[in-house]
Amino acid sequence: MGIVSPGFQGRPRSAAPALPPGQYLTPDFPVLSAGPTPRVPTDGWEFVVTAEDGTERRWTWAELMALPQETPTVDIHCVTRWSKLGTSWQGVSLDTLLAGVDTTARYALVHSYGGYTTNLPLADLRDGRAWVAHGYDGRPLAAEHGGPARLLVPHLYFWKSAKWVRGIRLLADDRPGFWETAGYHDYGDPWREQRYQGD
Amino acid sequence: MAGPAGGGPLTWRVARLVERRVETPTAQTLVLAVPGWPGHLPGQHVDVRLTAADGYQAARSYSLAAPADGDRIALTVQRVPDGEVSPYLTDVYAEGDPVEVRGPVGGWFVWRTDEPAPVLLVAGGSGVVPLMAMIRARRAAGSRTPFRLVYSVRSPTDAIYADELRRRTRDDLGLDVAYVYTRAAPEGWRGEPHRIGLADLNTHGWPPDLEPRCYVCGPTGFVETVADLLVGLGHPTRRVRTERFGPTG
Ligand SMILES: Cc1cc2nc3c(=O)[nH]c(=O)nc-3n(C[C@H](O)[C@H](O)[C@H](O)COP(=O)(O)OP(=O)(O)OC[C@H]3O[C@@H](n4cnc5c(N)ncnc54)[C@H](O)[C@@H]3O)c2cc1C
Repeated sequence: MGIVSPGFQGRPRSAAPALPPGQYLTPDFPVLSAGPTPRVPTDGWEFVVTAEDGTERRWTWAELMALPQETPTVDIHCVTRWSKLGTSWQGVSLDTLLAGVDTTARYALVHSYGGYTTNLPLADLRDGRAWVAHGYDGRPLAAEHGGPARLLVPHLYFWKSAKWVRGIRLLADDRPGFWETAGYHDYGDPWREQRYQGD
Repeated sequence: MAGPAGGGPLTWRVARLVERRVETPTAQTLVLAVPGWPGHLPGQHVDVRLTAADGYQAARSYSLAAPADGDRIALTVQRVPDGEVSPYLTDVYAEGDPVEVRGPVGGWFVWRTDEPAPVLLVAGGSGVVPLMAMIRARRAAGSRTPFRLVYSVRSPTDAIYADELRRRTRDDLGLDVAYVYTRAAPEGWRGEPHRIGLADLNTHGWPPDLEPRCYVCGPTGFVETVADLLVGLGHPTRRVRTERFGPTG
């Protein structure tokens, strides 16, 4: 337990559902990013998976839409401490996108239109735990939330769910991305409260 | 880089309130003594954690309002009605009482005093806090880097640091401050209250060909609007840095 601040009681919290430590619930959908929102038209949009040997698999917008679609309903947790429960998305599972990719890589560096990057173990993108999402709440994903398409990896802090996703580079070695280079945790598990380096 | 990248885990430190300054009817500056404070860059923030007697904890982020003064740091907190943390900090938290702080955090939304490019600061409401840290650091370093602040507030009484900004525009060479009023403008101000728009940024900002660094901070909707306008005016996205305080737009 921390040092008690006299007179602080906090919000009534009897009915609070189980949240990762340090998180609070919000009905809103906050927007956090480091710069202006990129506007990425879907014609000309592409998603590229680059294997460690340089082999590329590419999908146009139409090709992405033609793949099997899923509608995950998931809880999301932002490192700035808000959590949002039961969010519903539409997108393509990374299992589908990685199915034809021949790789022994252990890491993935995700990159976005606008230059953002984030890293995670490749295993965290598999087994039905990650999507390229293009719909939210039954509508096309809004640009400020990462539209036309973002990564969705709900079991990690939300900065790993790169907005305006453009591709994934598969790597033998881990390489930190944008926030990871700025001192945020390399992995970012909300249940273990991995916010900053060393947590 | 300063901040969490400075190496090692970011530890929670016990901070005690040493001084409170009323800035506006709803905003106050808290000066905290944080033994062992490592220093920080203007634009960085801290996480503040409160613990209740039953062990319940709540934490929120607050920008550092001024360069470090030894082990003292300054935060400026805007009271959010119905908020969990900010009303405690503005109404209950008393001199000598402990809170825990962790930081400095953030290595992106920062300004370094040796950067020569002109600087455009655009603030909405309490978004002025990290930008004021930059203005104060500029002065402390004797920097002549040209600075312009465009500050959007509801009314004159909502302007945080108004007296100091008036003094600094007089004394700090190369600093200009322009206000945008959204609800009520003061006597003699030209124009009607309005939300910040292209004309405000065109008139009081820098043209893109001077290659300024732009820092935009405020509620989410404000930041979205201003960042889009700056990009529309021709500022490359990599020179527009943003910090979003609020929950939604
Ligand atoms: C990097 C960063 C730096 C920040 N720096 C500062 C700072 O220097 N000064 C400062 O006052 N705040 C700052 N904030 C905002 C601060 O962290 C809190 O969000 C704010 O004080 C509200 O917390 P609360 O517990 O009082 O309200 P909460 O209990 O979190 O929220 C109560 C209600 O108010 C709404 N709300 C929450 N935050 C805001 C907001 N900022 N504006 C309007 N409505 C809101 C919520 O949706 C909710 O309805 C910063 C935020 C970030 C992410």
